[in-house]
Amino acid sequence: MSGFESNAPARSAPATPSPIVPAGGRFSRFVRRSHEQGRLVVQPRMGFADSATMRRGLEAVRAVHGASVGTVTVDSYTRVNDHDSARRALERGDDLNGYPVVAHGTQETRRLLEGVAGEDFPVQFRHGSALPQELFAALARVGADATEGGPVSYCLPYSRVPLPQATAAWAECCRILADQPRTVHLESFGGCMLGQLCPPSLLIALSILEGLFFREHGVRSISVSYAQQTSPEQDLEALAALRRLAAQWLGDVDWHVVLYTYMGVYPRTPVGAYRMLEDSVRLAVRSGTERLIVKTAVEAHRIPTIEENVDALEFAAAVATDEARHIPSEQTFQQTGIYEEALRLITSTLGFGGDVGSALVGAFAHGHLDVPFCLHQDNANRSRAAIDPAGTLRWSDPGAMPVTGFGGHGRGPVTAHSLIEMLGYNERRFDREELVGAAVRGML
Amino acid sequence: MDEISPARSGRFIVTSVSSDAHMWNLVFLQLLLEERGGEVVNLGACVPDDVILAECRRVRPDALVVSTVNGHGHLDGLRLIQRIRSDSELADLRVVIGGKLGIRGSENARFGTELVAAGFDAAFEAEAGLAEFDAFLGGLEKAPARELATAGRGA
Repeated sequence: MSGFESNAPARSAPATPSPIVPAGGRFSRFVRRSHEQGRLVVQPRMGFADSATMRRGLEAVRAVHGASVGTVTVDSYTRVNDHDSARRALERGDDLNGYPVVAHGTQETRRLLEGVAGEDFPVQFRHGSALPQELFAALARVGADATEGGPVSYCLPYSRVPLPQATAAWAECCRILADQPRTVHLESFGGCMLGQLCPPSLLIALSILEGLFFREHGVRSISVSYAQQTSPEQDLEALAALRRLAAQWLGDVDWHVVLYTYMGVYPRTPVGAYRMLEDSVRLAVRSGTERLIVKTAVEAHRIPTIEENVDALEFAAAVATDEARHIPSEQTFQQTGIYEEALRLITSTLGFGGDVGSALVGAFAHGHLDVPFCLHQDNANRSRAAIDPAGTLRWSDPGAMPVTGFGGHGRGPVTAHSLIEMLGYNERRFDREELVGAAVRGML
Repeated sequence: MDEISPARSGRFIVTSVSSDAHMWNLVFLQLLLEERGGEVVNLGACVPDDVILAECRRVRPDALVVSTVNGHGHLDGLRLIQRIRSDSELADLRVVIGGKLGIRGSENARFGTELVAAGFDAAFEAEAGLAEFDAFLGGLEKAPARELATAGRGA
């Protein structure tokens, strides 16, 4: 299936901007090399508390047929610096939702990586921490290739830490990485926020702004992110805007783009889940994205096993190869003003402070940046987004942000029912075929 | 979701547990309770036990609604309810928990039983849907005072 046909006004895609700066560090070198070979790098979201299982997981991902990088997803206790609870859980053998880096200690994690992480298989540690100084110090000690997050993207949706405090912590963390003799890659999570119902312009602006923040604090190998939303056409336009802005604003550092397969309420049927993943792979290839973080068929229900992760990665790699054969020589995408809106958000935000960190803090304090539905105390939570009948994600209420609301349908207060409807939009879209049953399937 | 529920009132605290950063569940619960005439204090994500206890003492809600989906609910929720039930001011507070209580999908159901045994008034595992929670809200009006659960007292 492909949702990319569009009747919207279109124009030729600009040539994908080529990175000027040489790739630094083995994570970025691997991604660059794969891209030059026409291969999309696929990556799981995978973390197990137990070192032996985590090691088996890394080895399985390394053996995937396709260009893959490894992931160690860190557990929730480590994310909130509750290392005692993580240690207690390890002692008791309780389930954790990830690998507790700090609780396991340096030697254990070095052993985890030794002989599996390498030039042909770099490993990224994914977490979700607003105050990750201890975690970053541990990652530096174990020789991690890459990590991710950001002062805004891991503060507002994932913590109750005041934004100025998170910004200061992340400045310190960037310095920890920048001071390493070996280049450590840092990815902004700004393209995700609450996973869904945040229109593209804000995701793009936050990703670029966090990239600028990383650069300001010495990091020289950066990726900017975007999370698949509800409309393939809109997402294609968004990724083109992100690439263009990254080339303009981060052109003096090594950068690439990472796409996340939909991070919101996921289809519940295996068919629906694979269709959703397939759409994200085709989107990644068409947009020139270098790296994709995939989801599995069981995502709606539980934490996937190693085998389920491998299945998803191999499927994604195969679809990517297929899509690469079908890319038209002259690509088109619609232009609805995402680039302009993101640019406006970036430039106006930078006016709120002398450095990127204080600009971000100031912009949020004034509601000039405002993540819809985000409950954090330093977010105005006045803006609202809605999905229009065509599946496009738009501002239904811009709050105090310098963006345009769409005025017509979708305005009015969000109710519990309408929120669930919107949150379940992709779930319904991709599960429909399975749920209506085989008899009707042929007629759709 | 599709049934029309009668308007209800009451004061609620909606919260997650200390290690859980998920937010959509909390946004949804707030809207749901407010639409039913409830007054909601939403504590948001990653709430330390101390903050939950302090807010409960301050607000004196009709019910504390704990929602968690990161899979640590059976660990953090257990610790939380033990603290609530051993607090003289809060021992009688009506407290429910819901969401994905462990990391094992449908096998999580057993965690609900354990959590109720430890002192929660009810546990709504994600797979059960919203109907049970709805029934619980209906029951609140009929029985405003919590029947003390003896199971949790000694914790």
